[in-house]
Amino acid sequence: MNDRKPVIVARNIDKFFGDFQALRDVSIEVRAGERMVICGPSGSGKSTLLRCFNALETHDAGQLIVDGIELRPESPDIRKLRQNVGMVFQQFNLFPHLTVLENLMIGPVKVRGMRRSEAEATARKYLERVHIPEQAEKFPAQLSGGQQQRVAIARSLCMEPRIMLFDEPTSALDPEMISEVLEAMVELAQTGMTMVVVTHEMGFARKVADSMVFMDGGEIVESGPPQEVFSNPRTERCREFLSQILAF
Amino acid sequence: MRNLIRKLRWPDYLILAILFVFFGYVWFTVGGTLNYNWRWDRIPNQIVGYHTVREEYFVGLLLRGLIATIRICIYAAILAVILGTILGMARCSTNLTIRMLARTYMECLRNIPPVVVIFIFFFFFSQQLVDALDLARWSRNIARNDEASPLWEFFFGDMRRFPAIISGAIVLALFQSAFVGEIVRAGIESIPRGQREAAKSIGMSRFAEMRYIVLPQAFKKVVPPLTNQFITLIKDSSIVSLIAIPELTYNTLELVASTRMIFEAWLTTAAFYFVLCFGLSRFFARLERRREGQR
Repeated sequence: MNDRKPVIVARNIDKFFGDFQALRDVSIEVRAGERMVICGPSGSGKSTLLRCFNALETHDAGQLIVDGIELRPESPDIRKLRQNVGMVFQQFNLFPHLTVLENLMIGPVKVRGMRRSEAEATARKYLERVHIPEQAEKFPAQLSGGQQQRVAIARSLCMEPRIMLFDEPTSALDPEMISEVLEAMVELAQTGMTMVVVTHEMGFARKVADSMVFMDGGEIVESGPPQEVFSNPRTERCREFLSQILAF
Repeated sequence: MRNLIRKLRWPDYLILAILFVFFGYVWFTVGGTLNYNWRWDRIPNQIVGYHTVREEYFVGLLLRGLIATIRICIYAAILAVILGTILGMARCSTNLTIRMLARTYMECLRNIPPVVVIFIFFFFFSQQLVDALDLARWSRNIARNDEASPLWEFFFGDMRRFPAIISGAIVLALFQSAFVGEIVRAGIESIPRGQREAAKSIGMSRFAEMRYIVLPQAFKKVVPPLTNQFITLIKDSSIVSLIAIPELTYNTLELVASTRMIFEAWLTTAAFYFVLCFGLSRFFARLERRREGQR
């Protein structure tokens, strides 16, 4: 893993919301093909960090290079970058006025300028991949939460991204639907996709993550291979968090 | 109907009786003290008349006014929606200057009486536009040209009145665009932030995000308030009579001036407006219910 080239490099990132400092001096590196899980209590800045990676938030200090492009405010390359960095949101954020198929096609057609027939073939391929090819003609509101989230994953994949970001993809789901989404993510991991996942699903972390990052108070408190972080956390804060989350 | 009568109690009868007496009194006073001579029989002629010499029906003054009003309202509504959408988007712009300009325009229009606004727009804008483009001469030429005129007349009526109809529609549209803009802005702001973020995350430009994601959803949401605004526009259209646009109210004024049928003419015109607006609001309500049902 260490010989692969880094695709996300963050150096000393700071981020403020007004007076509140959301990120403090965060440095992190994600290599091609790496699966990284970021966890931490709510308000620890993990989502903010993830959103910085595709410029949905702009960092206030430090250097951030994603997929070879240095992110600065108003950088003209940001749109180019976003086409190569997929993002899956906690609230799915499917487009309710479009059918599932149109949700998947709108990016390739309107952004990449792909022909409709070609885009439809791609869309159907990825719907197959997340195991819901039969839902193509439905509207998002007609699907269950788990199905919607899988459509959201497929929508990102249709842009053929090199990196996939997941922002608590299972937190808004009913318990019985979590596994179907995690399954789709595990299968995606097996294809060698670079993934950065903010989640509290420790089972997923144990199963597929190459590295794990624990954040608290806007800082990276601990990072390393998941087994190491799980079995002997070095810091009190991390130990406490893990014991709470693994208590059940 | 029978159910309705059964539901009536004695206070209802009392109230109805009082109303009956009151209107009877008014009727009596108008007829008696004012010595008003009702000439309802002459009103139909002002709607659809029959020319005894030429032996053909012709469109009366009031119906001509109603048709002009409908034309003006349709063009004004289309223009107002276009302008309002631009204004609404400008209000949500990230550019401070654009946002402030749109805000200023809308606040001015919403805090100046409509009559004043109409006069200002007429003298400062639409009349200048008509003069600058020399629309008067252009339309007169079309009116003379027998081949071209039927199509134009279908859309704009008598082409000699074309400049008046157009400036009426422009003035009304400019005036209404502020309110439409406010409705569109509310619609745009009602779209959750996640929708825009999702659009951005697949690499959409700000324009594409607006065009394919935000506006389609926003318009769906603002159809009911927009239809209400359209009905308001029809009612407000009577104001353009002040700038001598030959629509329903203006023609009624003319009719009253020439025949002194004050009560008949205004009551007829009121009925026209009522039927038009009430009919449309019922129609829109029905469309809305059907749309809800489809979902």
